[in-house]
Amino acid sequence: MTSSRRDFLKIAGASALTLVTPTIFLPAWAKDVIVIPPGQSLAPVKSPAARRWAMAVDLTKCAADCNDCIAACHAIHNVPAFGNSKDEIKWIWKESFASVFPGETHAYSGEKLQKLRPPVFCNHCENPPCVRVCPTRATFRRSDGIVMMDYHRCIGCRLCMAACPYGARSMNYRDPRPFISNIHSDFPTRTKGVVEKCNFCEERLAKGMLPACVEACRQKALVFGDADDPRSEIRRLLKTRFSLQRRAHLGTGPQIYYWL
Amino acid sequence: MNKNKWGLILLGLAIFAVTVTFPFWYGKGKSTPPELSLETPEIAALDQKKCVEDKTFMRADHMKLLNVWRDEAVREGKRTYTAKDGRRFEKSLTGGCLRCHSNKDKFCDLCHTYAGAAPSCFDCHIVPGEVKK
Repeated sequence: MTSSRRDFLKIAGASALTLVTPTIFLPAWAKDVIVIPPGQSLAPVKSPAARRWAMAVDLTKCAADCNDCIAACHAIHNVPAFGNSKDEIKWIWKESFASVFPGETHAYSGEKLQKLRPPVFCNHCENPPCVRVCPTRATFRRSDGIVMMDYHRCIGCRLCMAACPYGARSMNYRDPRPFISNIHSDFPTRTKGVVEKCNFCEERLAKGMLPACVEACRQKALVFGDADDPRSEIRRLLKTRFSLQRRAHLGTGPQIYYWL
Repeated sequence: MNKNKWGLILLGLAIFAVTVTFPFWYGKGKSTPPELSLETPEIAALDQKKCVEDKTFMRADHMKLLNVWRDEAVREGKRTYTAKDGRRFEKSLTGGCLRCHSNKDKFCDLCHTYAGAAPSCFDCHIVPGEVKK
């Protein structure tokens, strides 16, 4: 069958009409009907266990020369001490106020600020750049906000170290085992070629315990809790006290808060 | 000449057959699978001497089970394993398997060495007795 140009245009026109028919006549079969079964709601589903772990550091209580939190953390997590800064592995460490909060000091900042040595951690970012760049998904963000490392998958490419704006990650350039003074058998060590960082003590949280640093702090300068829970201590304190976050302007959404 | 040719062919075939079957008969009977020791005080103290799953499954597939445990515990935060018969266990190598099998050198290592397997588990996971190196 050969069709004329006229026939072709008729068919094309009729076909085009069918596309707009549902919007003009609104037949029953074109209606988008959502039936909500009784007892259910359209509100987004949120599991009752969903949390947002966060930590706050009270710098008015934290003593500059105290390293209890670091010692406790590094002991239970088998963090090696290589004895040189080139190979250093750190989960918690201390830095001067000016380097923790660049831009927050000036020539006339008081001695009190200059003397502060705030402890710094992995910030367990809301929008973690390390997770975005990891090619093997060895580092990932859990639903409770913890940015976690799966050491089994780490290939040691160090892209996460380049991406982290806080320097919170350390690479094992050497076999760490001989440099751990007292191996704690409840937590694995790492091997050469693996990156590591603070894990918010997820292995302790799973057992219902507080992070080791929070427990070790004699000054009670560390407050840990669920920032998603309006009744939690940390949420209440964050509401009432002005707090700083490290490099928040980068958009990473850091979850370690500092009170001055 | 003709007879000589057949001799050469048969000799060649014999050499071929010996070479091809060499891996199957060489060393046969020289080594036997190791007898794994279950003689640990922890196992002796158990009422029901049963591993997480049955013996044949554990012997053949413990590595697969451990890989699943690893991914579920680390990546999904699911740390409890429910066995086929309903018993529950913590998914842990140091705190689970090695708690009963406290004789790694006479249990894990013996068979791994025999089978030529070199698992990297213990590069990081700690063998309680070996802590002081």
